[in-house]
Amino acid sequence: MIVIFLLIPLSIVTAAVFLMGFIWAVRSGQYEDTCTPSLRSLMDDNGSKQNEKANE
Amino acid sequence: MVADYADAGLDTTRQAPEADVLESGCFHCGTPLRGAVFTSQRKSFCCQGCLTVFELLTENGLDDFYRLGKAAGVRVKAAPKQEEFSYLDEPALRRQLVDFADERVTRATFRVPSMHCIACVWLLENLFRLKPGIGYSRVNFPRKEVFIAFEHGKVKLSEVAGLLTALGYAPDFNLSDLEERPRRAVSRRLWLQLGVAGFAFGNIMLLSISSYLGLDTFSGPGLRKLFGWSSLVLALPVLAYSAADYWRAAWVAARQRILTIEVPIAVGIGALAAWSAGEVLTGRGPGYFDSLAGLLFFLLCGKMFQQKTYDRLAFDRDYKSFFPLSILRKSGGKEERIALSQLQAGDQLVIRNGELIPSDSRLLCGAAMIDYSFVTGESEPVKKAAGAHIYAGGRQIGGAIEIETVKEVSQSYLTSLWNQKTFCKDQAGPSLDTVTNRYSRRFTKMVLAVAAGSALFWLLTDSSRALAAFVSVLIVACPCALALAAPFTLGAAQRLLARRKVFLKNSSVIEALARVDTVVFDKTGTLTAYGAGAVVFLGEPLGDEEEGRIFSVAQHSTHPHAVRLAESIKAEHPSQPVRSFCETAGCGIEGLVGGQEIWLGSAAWLKSRKVAVESPARPCGSLVHVAINGKYRGCYTLWNGLRPRAGEAIRQMSAHYELALLSGDNEKERERFGGLFGNSGHVHFNQSPLHKLQFIRQLQAPGRTVMMVGDGLNDAGALRQSDVGVAVVESIGAFSPASDVIMAAQMVPRLPEVLRFAKSSVRVVRLSLVISAIYNVVGISFAARGLLSPVLCAILMPLSSVTVVAFACGLTTRLGRRLDLETVPKGEARA
Repeated sequence: MIVIFLLIPLSIVTAAVFLMGFIWAVRSGQYEDTCTPSLRSLMDDNGSKQNEKANE
Repeated sequence: MVADYADAGLDTTRQAPEADVLESGCFHCGTPLRGAVFTSQRKSFCCQGCLTVFELLTENGLDDFYRLGKAAGVRVKAAPKQEEFSYLDEPALRRQLVDFADERVTRATFRVPSMHCIACVWLLENLFRLKPGIGYSRVNFPRKEVFIAFEHGKVKLSEVAGLLTALGYAPDFNLSDLEERPRRAVSRRLWLQLGVAGFAFGNIMLLSISSYLGLDTFSGPGLRKLFGWSSLVLALPVLAYSAADYWRAAWVAARQRILTIEVPIAVGIGALAAWSAGEVLTGRGPGYFDSLAGLLFFLLCGKMFQQKTYDRLAFDRDYKSFFPLSILRKSGGKEERIALSQLQAGDQLVIRNGELIPSDSRLLCGAAMIDYSFVTGESEPVKKAAGAHIYAGGRQIGGAIEIETVKEVSQSYLTSLWNQKTFCKDQAGPSLDTVTNRYSRRFTKMVLAVAAGSALFWLLTDSSRALAAFVSVLIVACPCALALAAPFTLGAAQRLLARRKVFLKNSSVIEALARVDTVVFDKTGTLTAYGAGAVVFLGEPLGDEEEGRIFSVAQHSTHPHAVRLAESIKAEHPSQPVRSFCETAGCGIEGLVGGQEIWLGSAAWLKSRKVAVESPARPCGSLVHVAINGKYRGCYTLWNGLRPRAGEAIRQMSAHYELALLSGDNEKERERFGGLFGNSGHVHFNQSPLHKLQFIRQLQAPGRTVMMVGDGLNDAGALRQSDVGVAVVESIGAFSPASDVIMAAQMVPRLPEVLRFAKSSVRVVRLSLVISAIYNVVGISFAARGLLSPVLCAILMPLSSVTVVAFACGLTTRLGRRLDLETVPKGEARA
């Protein structure tokens, strides 16, 4: 059971890493506009398909 | 998902146009082709502008644009002149407009209202392929903004603006851009607070599982200490950061000696934290840190839910967002574009069709027809002769005119009106007299009484348990559910209304809506609408064939008169081909149909073409005169009519509300509206903006709660003075004066339902408050007896929160369904 003294801080540290990731995401503005990125993914798809065709 | 896009204003129709549009429409913008057609690479275009954009895009390998959205472009009539935006390079102005600039790179955000589809986003984000010097650009679609970074050594700000305009995405600059724009950092902060609280909540719960299950007796004191201390450490950022707003609000309330909902929350959090820290430090137990973090997590969720903002809407606009940033000045025979801030009294200006008179001026030359509808509510444009005085805020309709400014912008009639104190609503923040605040006042007193009572009881019987009982009562009564009831109910109601195109500034407006007992309407643009009334032909009746020809010509123009005329005679007639169609701005349209020359336009225009025009004696509404083969045939009268079903709505409301009508218009329609409003005492015409404001104030004096429904700048004062100002807009995202609610025009007839919905939403809040009160009574009954265990606390707290939230949201959604969606046609449901 003694290992739990190691595991618990470890799990908290792991969670803290994710928290840092979240803070970074918010700070870099990823939560400001949740609509445009979804549009962007649509057109990337379109564009690359067109490019592939052009390459062939 | 689809609803989200509609919310953001994404035009989903543009992506799959019918085949015939493609064949008969401009390849770039889809405008039906007529008259001269421009062709390039076997594709047809409606104008030189569209053709230029097409060539620019194909030359730079950006023809993917047309694959992303067929005919997705925005019509560009003519390429802008390079000097159009040169005023932007003025160092002082430039500094205020750009976000950031260093030695090499400038970053600026442009508002581009005309972006509407995926192809637009794609093109705007590929600007760097069109012009060297532009680094990268990023679109925020819901806000209709594009952020552009460019090297100002290679490309100037004016050139970037010029490029956008050339592509059809003319950036929108107005006077308010020069002020400091508060960046919306609030929601970013809320996300972080929520993240921290959620992180702590999850981890502390995990650490507390052993104590929930009673395992801590097996695991020994070492482990218990570890759990306790880790919980304490995890809770610290929650207390310091996530709860910061509650501490501050409670502190402000305490200093002003008022009881708001934040006071009991802060007291509860404080008691919880202090007691738990005491337990951990003395090694008596793990404390209630899980409840503490959970409490804040739920509270912040509620806040997040309530804080729905509408990126495309601005509720706090004043005249400055209505004024352009630049103006065309004439000096020494040369025309130059200057910033409005540089304008001085005595400058000569050129005002073109549709442009705004920026300052009180004198007319020098040109046929001035000034449309003051936005300032005074008068629906008819006013004709001015040379030498006449023109007030700021009017719009010129027709050809270009030249004016000489008499006063500076800051001293003109409109601006001085605005700067009056009366126009500024005292910005005391949201009203404190909300349901929850009233409730929490009683609640807090009661809880303190119970806590003191139980402490007293235990002091007399078993003094060792007195402190525990006192704190337990405070902890368990901490009004988590109470604080959640209102945000979730009102937040849900706000969303439901937004889906029906009634946008609220914040969710507390619903409470104000529910309290309204007096409704004041503006007439022009609010109750009446352009195109809602009848179209009547005066003169010798036209033959069927002739009417068909008039229709064919009228349908080619986008002028509102022509559109309405075409709609009113559409049903019977097939469209015939029109040759040599020509539109003269501000005058009229002409075309050759079936060998006959059709002229439709103003009396002055026809007169100038030697047509004997007979105008009716007392025109009611706008007139479109008709001449066929140079012979006068009569005129169409376009009535400004009531919106469909608006009359019925007013009759419905008159049963429950005191109604009034204020109009800046003249008295010609008094009879009609006097009858509609029942008592003619509350129907007032010829009202100036200041009159309207004072009228609202008179109504409020005896304690009435007044809702003002208006649309223009002329209602702005009244909208601010009223308890709920409702701005009516024809298209969402268009200009609207400062208000609490922005409502699509088609919702005006459904105002009674909206008000009913607001009332029932507040009733739901009350019901949820009762439910949370029951939970509190149960919890307090345990706490006062000194029986509160961590398990009980951990169960009771989330259970009460979740059930109250579920109840509030569920019931509001059901109510919203009764606000029958079906009557809003699908096409209108889109922004």
